[in-house]
Amino acid sequence: MSRLERIWPLLPGLAALLVTTLLLLAMGTSPIDAYGAMWQGAFGTSARVYSVLAFLVPLLLAASGLLLTFKAGLWNIGIEGQIIMGAIAASWVALRVELPAGLQIPMELAAAMAGGALWAALAGLLKTRGGVHEIFGGLALNNLAILFTNYLIAGPWQPPEGGSFRGTQPFGAHALLPLFENSRLSLLSLVLAVLAFAGVALLLTNSHWGLRLKALGQNARSAFLLGVSSDRELLLAMALCGALAGLGGGVRVLSWFDSLRQSISGGIGYLALMVVLLAGFRLALTPLVAFFFSAVLNGSITLQLRTQLHSALGDILTGVLVLLVLLFGNYARVRRAFRRNRSSENG
Amino acid sequence: MDSTQLIAIFGSILLQSAPLIIAVCGETISERAGVINLSMDGSLLLSALAGFVAALLSGSLLLGFVAAAAVGAVFALIVAFGSLHLRQNQVAIGFVLAMLGDSLSAFLGQSYTRMPGPSVPAWHIPVLKDIPVLGPIFFRQDAVVYFALLLVAVTWWFLFRTRAGLELRSAGERPEAAFTRGVAVRKLRYLYAVLGGALVGIAGAAYSLDVKIGWAEGHTRGMGWIALAIVIFGGWSPVRGALGAVLFGATKALATVLQRSFPQVALVAFNAVPWLLMIVVLLLVSGKLAAPLLARAPATWRRAPAAWRRTLRGLLQAAPPAALGQPLDEQ
Repeated sequence: MSRLERIWPLLPGLAALLVTTLLLLAMGTSPIDAYGAMWQGAFGTSARVYSVLAFLVPLLLAASGLLLTFKAGLWNIGIEGQIIMGAIAASWVALRVELPAGLQIPMELAAAMAGGALWAALAGLLKTRGGVHEIFGGLALNNLAILFTNYLIAGPWQPPEGGSFRGTQPFGAHALLPLFENSRLSLLSLVLAVLAFAGVALLLTNSHWGLRLKALGQNARSAFLLGVSSDRELLLAMALCGALAGLGGGVRVLSWFDSLRQSISGGIGYLALMVVLLAGFRLALTPLVAFFFSAVLNGSITLQLRTQLHSALGDILTGVLVLLVLLFGNYARVRRAFRRNRSSENG
Repeated sequence: MDSTQLIAIFGSILLQSAPLIIAVCGETISERAGVINLSMDGSLLLSALAGFVAALLSGSLLLGFVAAAAVGAVFALIVAFGSLHLRQNQVAIGFVLAMLGDSLSAFLGQSYTRMPGPSVPAWHIPVLKDIPVLGPIFFRQDAVVYFALLLVAVTWWFLFRTRAGLELRSAGERPEAAFTRGVAVRKLRYLYAVLGGALVGIAGAAYSLDVKIGWAEGHTRGMGWIALAIVIFGGWSPVRGALGAVLFGATKALATVLQRSFPQVALVAFNAVPWLLMIVVLLLVSGKLAAPLLARAPATWRRAPAAWRRTLRGLLQAAPPAALGQPLDEQ
């Protein structure tokens, strides 16, 4: 193992930091102050750490679901809309359905899962029955879900004091998830996210169904010849992923916020796709990468509050990192590629 | 609504569609050569910003379009390099670039938000502008619209009527066969992916310097994905793609008009139309729905001349280039 090969995995991270540092310098901000603010924003106080964990919950739920759909060879880009529909379904129960104390929150979470699963199944049906690629069906459904949220907030669900376009009225205390020490973190939701991830891990590594999904993802045609009914497995993978994403959306309205807001997901679905891509579809890496993303993004929100720099800086940092890891992450592959080119030029 | 109003609406539909037409032509060229550039939504955003800022700072519209084209070309080059050189998944790289372009444009554009800036001037073509009906629609526009219309014609002619266009298509359809017959498949794929990306960049500047003047965060968000869907709807033909782009441009223009006439209908309903349309048109061309529908067509239809039926089937179905997104080992 050469020295280059040993430090190779660190290079994309350093390069991504270099890019954001140059951007900060171009904006006339001291990079040391900026990164300091980001670190403070993520880990500065215990409240900040709870916030990172609270943001992690829907991200990890969505990323866990995506492990299933990616295994089946599906690009479930519609996950953003599935999160939103979960949030809408949970909000509907919270606003419109009165239940006994012990049932209220379980029903809200169940509705969230159903909402997400339904939206995912729709994208799945568009693919299996309609021949519409899941990327395009999913993107259209994402935008329709956003518009549906706006319609609800401005129309039937507007607060009694008048439409504010920002959000619905806050839900009653009995309808909200109990929060940990005045933070936005619900411990129950964190436990659910960890359980969901463990369940997905178990499904993928220790179940016959996981094997069938893998067969499908690697070669849909040969799986079909082997008798794996592709449509049913694909729809099931989509619906499961949607249910987890929807649960994440429910957690957003019931603990991160206290009402249905305009950008209720704000791109968590797309972030989850980036998480799984950076983790290279590996189970064990997924929660770590999701935590890292959550820390960077929470940090960049603090950065924006302190320096007026746009919080998209955090997305740029993670985006460049994912891009470089995708392109150059595998040392052996990169070496092979350049060797091959040299030899084909010579010969 | 009288005829002058109607003509004005058609004129504005064409203007609204122009950037989409340019982007669709660019992506069609790239995909015909075998490279999917999924980064379009991000590269449209960043090139719209780059075009606006470059034109604002330099005072030259041309420089704005050049800067935008450069941004689009760089995005395409990254996709091409990652897939053709490093053999990574084109879809994954394209998706990450789409996200990255969006964040970069939000970060870099924050100090240029809602600033007044330069815009492409109207340019009425003498004589032609006085043709009744057609004159006001087609010839009282500006350089961006004329460029879009010319681009459709030139792209069609190049793809389907020249030897170079045949080689381009062979790189996307039968790369092995093309390679053995001496076509430098990889070089061509690089060339046309970058050319297509530059056109996408020009489309971005067409938004910020002409159709939707200025910059705000998320200025063209969503248009890239719509353009990618139109390429499919267009069956990878620039002419059909341009018609698809006009269809989407029409929904935008119609929404503006209808909103004025029916203020009681929620704006949301009009904003939803392009996305519903996207699902419908993709369902139509996928063949999965079209084939059974055609089989169940009424008897009068079945008695129709075979040529008509072929035309309609051709209109409803579209197959992608056979080797779209697949790598080729040139050994």
